[in-house]
Amino acid sequence: MKHTLQQVFHSGKFVTGFSIFVAILLIVIIYPLIITDPPLRIIGQGTFFEPGIYVNVYDSISSPHYTLNLDDAAAKRIASKLGEDDRIAIKDWLVAVGIPESEIDTTDTAKLLDQWVNNYDPATRISGMTNATRNYYIRLNNSLKGLLSTDGVSIAVANPETAVLEETSTIVQSDYVNVNQVANVRVLPLGTDNFGRDVLTELVEATRVSLQIGFVAGVIATLIGLTLGLLSGYVGGFVDDIIMFITNLFTVIPSFVLLILISFSIGQDRRGPVTIAIVIGFTSWVWTTRAVRSQVISLRNRDHVNLSKLSGHSLVHIIVTDIFPYIASYVVMALILQISSGILVEAGLSILGLGPRTTDVPTLGLMMNWAMIYQAHILGKWWAYFPVIVTIALIAFSMNLMNTGLDQVFNPALRD
Amino acid sequence: MSSEKKLCLSGSGVTKVFGFGRNTTLAVDHVDFNFYEGEIISIVGESGSGKTTLAKMLLGLINPTEGEIYFQGEKRDISTHRKKKEYWKSIQAIFQDPFSSYNIFNKIDTVLLDCIRMRGGGKLPYEQKVEMMTEACSFVNLKFEELTNKYPFELSGGQQQRLMIARIFLLKPKILLADEPTSMIDACSRATILDMLMQLRDEIGMTPIFITHDIGLAYYVSDSVYIMERGKFVESGSADDVILHPKEPYTRRLISDVPKIYEEWDLSTV
Repeated sequence: MKHTLQQVFHSGKFVTGFSIFVAILLIVIIYPLIITDPPLRIIGQGTFFEPGIYVNVYDSISSPHYTLNLDDAAAKRIASKLGEDDRIAIKDWLVAVGIPESEIDTTDTAKLLDQWVNNYDPATRISGMTNATRNYYIRLNNSLKGLLSTDGVSIAVANPETAVLEETSTIVQSDYVNVNQVANVRVLPLGTDNFGRDVLTELVEATRVSLQIGFVAGVIATLIGLTLGLLSGYVGGFVDDIIMFITNLFTVIPSFVLLILISFSIGQDRRGPVTIAIVIGFTSWVWTTRAVRSQVISLRNRDHVNLSKLSGHSLVHIIVTDIFPYIASYVVMALILQISSGILVEAGLSILGLGPRTTDVPTLGLMMNWAMIYQAHILGKWWAYFPVIVTIALIAFSMNLMNTGLDQVFNPALRD
Repeated sequence: MSSEKKLCLSGSGVTKVFGFGRNTTLAVDHVDFNFYEGEIISIVGESGSGKTTLAKMLLGLINPTEGEIYFQGEKRDISTHRKKKEYWKSIQAIFQDPFSSYNIFNKIDTVLLDCIRMRGGGKLPYEQKVEMMTEACSFVNLKFEELTNKYPFELSGGQQQRLMIARIFLLKPKILLADEPTSMIDACSRATILDMLMQLRDEIGMTPIFITHDIGLAYYVSDSVYIMERGKFVESGSADDVILHPKEPYTRRLISDVPKIYEEWDLSTV
């Protein structure tokens, strides 16, 4: 046993897969201890906030202000307001009103704005321009007003008695706050999803639930497959015929169709993660049965089994002590594959909207489902689905790698 | 000739067919035999002649397709597990390949303790069991103290086969089916193993049935010899009759195939 484990942990593939898997497990265990927010709490009002550090504006006004004189501050400020598309639009306008193209430099912000202020007139009609484009230029012009000004901003508070605005402070352009001194700063490393929930927290919880679903489904499938395979392979005869009949029946019915029908008939209200896991487990035992059966058939005529029979052992005793240990390594590999496929099947089912009900827990499949329904992929909100895909891929990759590693250890013919 | 001898195992028309349809293989073809108590019997034949299949049928590990096997003059009944267990108390086997005969996950103690349990000694105090195991091991020149808590695969082939004999010593069956017990071990250990089997026979009065491809060995140990070819007994009788005065060409061939020292080996029949 010890020797086998040593051999297993010498296999590079297994160790790589195992490390990735353990890392995922550790994140899933440790992350909720540090960030204790409920994973499904809606924090953002609005959909798909970009990943980043969110600093409370109100708190930053009242935090101590520091003056930093940085040369490129003004340029950065303008650059962030005047995007590349806007610059090209400005250029198009200027060309249309007759400025030679050689005189326009979109990289020189000051000159460009100067040309714009001198030449833009909302009343000008340019042939071929749609109303929408004209409105866009009006909006652009409004947003550029005061872009080059160096004045500060006044903070005013309405007097509760007279309702007159009274200036309380002025913020100049060289004012800075230290983020550490702002009371409320929230880091959203993966932004928020369509409901305004923190994607990272949700993702960690979803990974945990998905792993549980995969584990429960894998264990159920392996147990059923193992029991039926052992019985059918060892006992043979009529028992074998019946079990193989059932197995073949389940083989020809595509299990995913079966899964969809069962999930649908259970109904949304009663579809918890455990129910889904059990349903997946009960529809995916087929190939384990067939594989275990064929292994057992090759074992049952070995001399050690005959010797055990001659020693008067019962059927159960022979199966448990003389057959099972010989296929245990194979069963472990089958279990790993079953867990990994359980996670994938759950994801597939949830994308179709037949996964666990959406109210109590997120799963990886549900997150994909939400991202798809709210068109995250069309809107370019990559943070709502890409990390989920990467997580699913990593889990499946690590488990398959472990499986390949084990295969090479237990089946020396495959070693290279 | 043997009217006063007691019949211990006999069969009539024992047949085993494997496969069905166009792939049938007739492994054992309507074989009749009478094995008497106290005799040493050898079944000799080349590879694939159906010796091992016959042995498995005699052991009750597989059922004959046709024909009946009689145990001590009565029709053998092994329809239930209990009856099989009872039958296996009187008939035991030594297999050809000692390396595959043991469960690699069980220790030697387990193997021997199973035998004591089989003889109804499962509830004996542990010290007594150890005593019995030590006795059995010393019978085959093994030291139980060195074997305890070891796995069978840690022993050499000869030691494993001797352990198998120790197992038989504990079980004390009436019949022992030795299926090529010496073919996987070297010539020096072979004599020891055979010697021990003979000693064991004298000790517990069992009837050994040797299944072998080695006609020399058969002549050396047995009283009666059965020559098997393609699932049939082509010749049978006392060892002297069969081997010194062979009637069948197959028997002559088997005899000429035995390599001899100081004589050119006749390869013409191979």
